[in-house]
This record gives sequence, structure tokens and C-alpha cells, in this order.
Amino acid sequence: MRRGKEGILSTAEIGRKPAAATKRSFPITGALLFRLRALIALLVLLAAFSMLSPAFLTTGNLTILVKHVAINAIMAVGMTFVILTAGIDLSVGSIAGLAGMVGGGLIDRGLVLPSFGVVVYFHLWLVILIALLVGALVGVVNGILVARLAVAPFIATLGTMYAARGAALLVSNGATFPNLMGRPELGNTGFPFLGSGSLLHIPVPILLMFLFGVAGAFVATRTPFGRQVYAVGGNERAAELSGVRVKRIQLLVYVISGVCSAVVGLIIAAQLVSAHPATGESFELDAIAAVVLGGTSLMGGRGGIGGTIIGALVIGALADGLVLLGVSEFWQIVIKGIVIVVAVVLDQLQRRVQWQPGKA
Amino acid sequence: MNEIVLAARGISKQYPGALALDHVDFLVCRGQVNVVIGENGAGKSTLMKILAGVERPTAGVLELEGHPIRLASTRDAAALGIAMIHQELNLLPNLNVADNIFMAREETNWGVIRHRSQERAAAELMLRLEQPIDPRTLVGDLPLGQQQVVEIAKAIARDVRVLIMDEPTSALSATEIDVLFRLIRDLKSRGVSIIYISHRLEELLTIGDQVMVLRDGRVVAESPAETVSVSWIVERMTGRAFGASSRSECAAPGRPLMTVESLSMTGPTGRAVLRNLSFQVCAGEIVGFYGLLGAGRTELFECMIGLRHAERGSIVLDGKAIGKLALPERIDAGLVLVPEDRKAAGIVPELSVRENITLANLRSFASGPFLSFAKERRRSEQLVREMNIRAAGLDRPITSLSGGNQQKVVLSRFLLTEPKVLLLDEPTRGVDVGARAEIFDMIRRLAAQGMAVLFASTELKEIRALATRVIVMSLGRMAAEFTAAEATEDALVAASSPVSAPREGGDSVYR
Repeated sequence: MRRGKEGILSTAEIGRKPAAATKRSFPITGALLFRLRALIALLVLLAAFSMLSPAFLTTGNLTILVKHVAINAIMAVGMTFVILTAGIDLSVGSIAGLAGMVGGGLIDRGLVLPSFGVVVYFHLWLVILIALLVGALVGVVNGILVARLAVAPFIATLGTMYAARGAALLVSNGATFPNLMGRPELGNTGFPFLGSGSLLHIPVPILLMFLFGVAGAFVATRTPFGRQVYAVGGNERAAELSGVRVKRIQLLVYVISGVCSAVVGLIIAAQLVSAHPATGESFELDAIAAVVLGGTSLMGGRGGIGGTIIGALVIGALADGLVLLGVSEFWQIVIKGIVIVVAVVLDQLQRRVQWQPGKA
Repeated sequence: MNEIVLAARGISKQYPGALALDHVDFLVCRGQVNVVIGENGAGKSTLMKILAGVERPTAGVLELEGHPIRLASTRDAAALGIAMIHQELNLLPNLNVADNIFMAREETNWGVIRHRSQERAAAELMLRLEQPIDPRTLVGDLPLGQQQVVEIAKAIARDVRVLIMDEPTSALSATEIDVLFRLIRDLKSRGVSIIYISHRLEELLTIGDQVMVLRDGRVVAESPAETVSVSWIVERMTGRAFGASSRSECAAPGRPLMTVESLSMTGPTGRAVLRNLSFQVCAGEIVGFYGLLGAGRTELFECMIGLRHAERGSIVLDGKAIGKLALPERIDAGLVLVPEDRKAAGIVPELSVRENITLANLRSFASGPFLSFAKERRRSEQLVREMNIRAAGLDRPITSLSGGNQQKVVLSRFLLTEPKVLLLDEPTRGVDVGARAEIFDMIRRLAAQGMAVLFASTELKEIRALATRVIVMSLGRMAAEFTAAEATEDALVAASSPVSAPREGGDSVYR
């Protein structure tokens, strides 16, 4: 129309090129470092604690650290699947308690059948299987509530959290099963191996963490089921139209979470060689924290198992290191809270960078 | 000489990796409809976001009434009288119409909202917009077209000097578009300047005064609207010569693939949504379902695919009754639905292009229990080529693609399931002219290969260009059926009007 383009064109042409050059180099290095921030945070923590405390970087301490982490990490693997579908599972701690009590009770007291006047003791493997089934069963209940009855996951699992904890207390009327050594004549010895044994010099809980972490990561990224989990969390309606059986996926993630939690319950009972009905209280919070620290979005569809394991390690290293440094227990709790909030803030920042529209 | 209200001079916008706008000059004339045209990705939306204060330019200045302005936020823009109606509606479905209109500038009395007065004002606006909407209705309960009207009411409720409309008609029926255009003329006469973006070129020429064409972030042409034609615009938009507008060939239809018999369905409110629908579609046919909003087109398709359940009637696909099957089984039987709302039901934003393409067909990419990424990549690459999907990489997020390319990805996903019958709900909504032509060609090829295609559209042009047969729906009934030759715009519009409220035929906005 009516305007002089010449002048404007030439001045801005000069200003444009350097801007383009700097912008292009940024996403490769900066964004990558930013995405790996959980891992970097972990390395920084490890480096800092090693320098501050000579006791930190010893085999003994690291073994204890990872053993603690293992419990949270296994639980968080299951939780990751649930959160990837935009759900949440608050019942994990209670499931751990219940599974521990069921397993412990079957070893210590056996299954009492009053009407027949007999007590049945099961083989150890069968005991473990039954305990895992209990976890799966609570998962099924969660899944039905969420998928079929459309109860909000927070509420559904809040309910089962109470119910499963109550059931754990009912198993023994609130008492502890104090002796899980088993008896040779009943063929149920060897349970403590699950908590304090070692294979190839590696403690069993740590092996289990690797097993669940690797298997979980494989299922999440390499199987149709895993892909469908991401799809359901990302856009449920699109997934449904694509033929994904959304309700089945939603049910299965809670079953996975239930089984993972039951494993945790058994490990703890095995470590203590006794089963206590309060086992696993508030574990759900640590599991959720590990998942979130690992970069999985509570809105679903984004994140993964690898991040979760790192998240669990960050929480574990933080706790362990702060103890070694003699930081007060109360301050530890404050610091943990701050770390979680900072992680979520960073996650939001990343989202904002990613969502800057590339299209015009 | 036109008086300039708002001027953008030398505007550039640099995104990481992409220059969205390159020294764009844009002058908005007072009391005129300033049309901005361009393909998706040409920079229209970016320019509008800058004018509305959503984004800041990398270089260049904005002037309002000759004074330079800086817009740090949409609030700044609103305070200066610049308002924008977004392509995606920005309404709160959980609040009522009046609450939405007065959101963030509530009329209060000692901090308490004056609901009465807001509702009165909202009712007046609805009267002005000729829409019988109760201001106390929840926005979520309104059909999409009426939600669009609320969005417009929200914008004109405050004094606006410049009103930006980004594809305001994409969800509107012909009647609602007439109302909108009357409103635009009314606003013009009050000295309000309109910036108007749309993909419907005829519409732009009907309502526009000044036309500017953007391509690849640059202004490639400007002209008063009366001197330009559709072909002039298309040539400048695409940089290609404009071929004769293509029509689907009426090939001899093959065997019947889809038979629907006396299908009836009641909606959640107890109202009959589908009433006794019966039709048959043969291989090679492209049947267009035309109707106003609420005619039941989307509901019909969702019922056929299994998202909703019919009370009565049967659906037979290639000799197999599928009316009782679950959705995944219907896909296996050879039926797919490409949904209307790409963002809400089409793409999975967190997944990559490849993962979005393979989503409906994961089983075929598994070796044993595991997915084979190599297989996925090979097949996706092939589809990206065949469908001419423009993506920087298979593993880029789907959200990095333009609307037209996202639509092609969704289409690819469903074609991978090798359907016999394809249901397309508004197949080219929010898709630019170039991609639209490609999608049309693709649909025609698929039909020629023996697929039966059913598509729903509110766009007469789309119906006329694509369909070999047209079924007109009204209030859940089949109102009329036309061959492609009989389906003139006037006939379609007349047939789509509910019988209870006859309106004079032929007052379509398209001339």
C-alpha cells in the first residue's frame, strides 16, 4: 500500500541474524541439561554430601541408602503408571501394611479354619503369592471404582486407603506378628531372605528395585500397554476413539500399583522379621514425591519410570546425607518439602518453554 | 483515504527455531473489516496475538491513533479498546452466560456481585445479537455455536475500538453466520474496526473491506476487497496457480458397505437426538451429512462408532451387525471415526508424531510382547510421505505441527487400521486451503479404492466439493437426500431448516 519498506527492512535485517544464531544453539545444550535436572540434582547431592561427610561415600552407607530407596522406588514404579493415566493412588501404604500382615499371619499363625478345626500352613512361595494377590485385589477395587464407577481417583483410593488399613488391623486385632522365621517342619522358612538376604553380594531389596525399575521402564516404553497408558493420560477421548480399552488400562494400572505395594509390604516384614499393621503409613506421600521429582506430570501422559527411580534416589540421598551431617530431623522434613515444590516449579517452567507455540 | 486506527510497523517475531513474522506492516482502518488471509503457519495468529497483547514482538512498533503503544498483556490491550475473540473459545463452562461476559470486571456493590444488573446487561447483549439465550444458562450447556455468540458478546460488552476475530464462524451454522455478519456491519457503522481471519474465502469477500495476504511471515499482497477474487487470494496465499475447483467424480457405487436401519437415540436430557434414521452407503461413495448445529450429525457418527448407544435400530457393516459391539471391536470390523474436535479428541498432545500415527494399531507393531520402534518408524515414514505431512521429525511433539498437518496425522492413524468405512466429522475444520485440497484428494482416492466415506460438515462448500451424495439432517431426522448434481446451496439450506420454523430459502451468506 502506502509505506516505505526500504528503511525498516535494512535496519531489522541487521538485528535479526545474531538473534537467530543464539536462539538456535540454546535448545540443544540448555534444554537438555534442564530436562536432565533430576539426574543432575542427584549427582550434585552425591558430590556435596561426599565432600561434607567422609562417611557418606562408603559402601556400607551407600548400601543402606539404596536399601531404603528400594522400598520407596518399588512403590513409586507402580505409582508412576497410575499417575501417567492422570490418576493417583493413595492406598499404596495401606496395601503394603495389609500385604505384610497377610503374609506375616500366614507364616506365623497359619490360616485358621475354625469350622474344620484345622490350621493350614502354606509353602513360602504360596504365602508370597497370596500376599501379592491381596495387593492386586485392592488394586482391582481401586480400578473398578475409578474406571467403572467414575469415582475421582483421589477419593476412591482415599477410601481404600482407610479400608485396607482397617483390614490390616483386623487381621491380628491390631497386634504384631512377631516371628516370621517360619518353622522347618512346616516348610515355610526363609522369608527374612527377602528383606536381608543377598544374591551375588547385592541385597535382595536392591535387586528387586532393579527388577521392577527395568521391567517397569520396559513395559512403559516398549509395550502396547505402556503406550496406551500414555495415551489415556494424554487424551482419554482420543485414546478411546483409537480403540484403546480405556477402562481396562485404568484398571490395570491400579492392579500394578497394588502388586508393587504388596511387594514393599513383604520386604519390610521380611526385614523386620515381624509384621506390624501400621507398616507403610504415609508411604504414599514419598512415592508420589518420587514420581513428581522424576518429572512425571500429575496431569498424566508425560514422564516415565527412569525419572521416578532417580526421584526416589534424590529423596533417599537427601535423607541419608542430612542425617550424616547431623541436620535436625525437623529441618529434614522442611527441606524435603522445599525440594518437592522446587521440582514442580521447574517442571512448570519446562512445560512453558516447550509449549511456546512453534506455529504461527 | 482511510483513517488508520491501529498500525503495526515492521513487526517481527522470532520463536526458537522459527521466524514467525518478518517485518510485517499492517494498517487497520477505522470502521472497516480488515481481513488477514494466509495458510496455517503463515503468521496470522502470531500477528493477532501481538496486536491483542498476548505476545510481544521481537522487533517493530504498534501505534494506536498515531501514538506508539506497548502492550504488556491482554489487559493493556483491553484497556485501549483492543479485544480478541480467539479461535478456541475462552469460556468457563461451569459458569453462566452473564458471569462469563463480566468475568474479571464484575459489577459490584461493596464487593458483592450485582447479579441482577449483570444479567440484565447480558440479556440486552443477547437481544442485540438476536440470540434467545438466557443469561443464567451455564455456558457448558450451550451448543458450540451459541458459545461462540457468548464469546462475541463478551468482547463487545466493553467499548471496543478494534475487535479481532480469529475464525469466528468455524462453529457457526449459516443462520448464525448471517446474524454475525449483521452484527459486524452494525459494529462497523459505530466506527469499530474489525480484524477478521477466516479460512472461508467467499466469506471474507462478502464481509471484508481491506484484504491482506500473509505467506511465511511476510506480507505478500494487499488490496481493497472489491477488487479481488477467490482465485487471486488463493494464488497469493499458496504461491500456486489456482486450478478449477475440483468436484468428486460420481463413480458407479459398489456393493453396500454400511446399512443403518431405523436408528433412534435419546440424549442425556431425554430429548430425542436421532429419530428413526435409515440409509445405506456403498463402496466408493462419499456421502456428505449436512445440517445445522444440533441436527444430530455428530451424534449419529458417535452412535455408529459406539461412543453412544442407540435405543433402537441396527447398524450393519459389510454384512456384519455391529450395533452391539464395543468401540474397539467396531474398529476391528472396519469402521473408524475421525473426530470433529482435533484437540479434544484427535491428537494426544504428549505423544510424538510417530506415536500419534501408530496409536490405533499398536498390535501390528509389536514383536512378541514388545513394540518394534523400527517397524513403527518405517510405517510412519511411509505415511508421512504418502499423506504429505510436513513435520520436522517423526519424534517431534505432535503439537509442533500446524492444524492441517495434525489432521493428516489423525487421518493416517485411522487409515492404518485399514477401515472399510470412514466416518469424518468436519474433516477440514481449522485447516488451511492447501491442506484442505490435499485432504479432499486423499478422501477421493480412498473412495476410489473402494472405501465408503461418510462425512459431516456445516460448510456448504465442503459438502458440494466432496460429496457424491448428500443427506440433509434436521433435528435428528433425515430431512432430504440429494445427488451431487441436485445439491445446490439453496436446496441444502432450505432442507436443513427445521420444519417448525420455516425461513426464506436462499438467503445464504455465500453468493
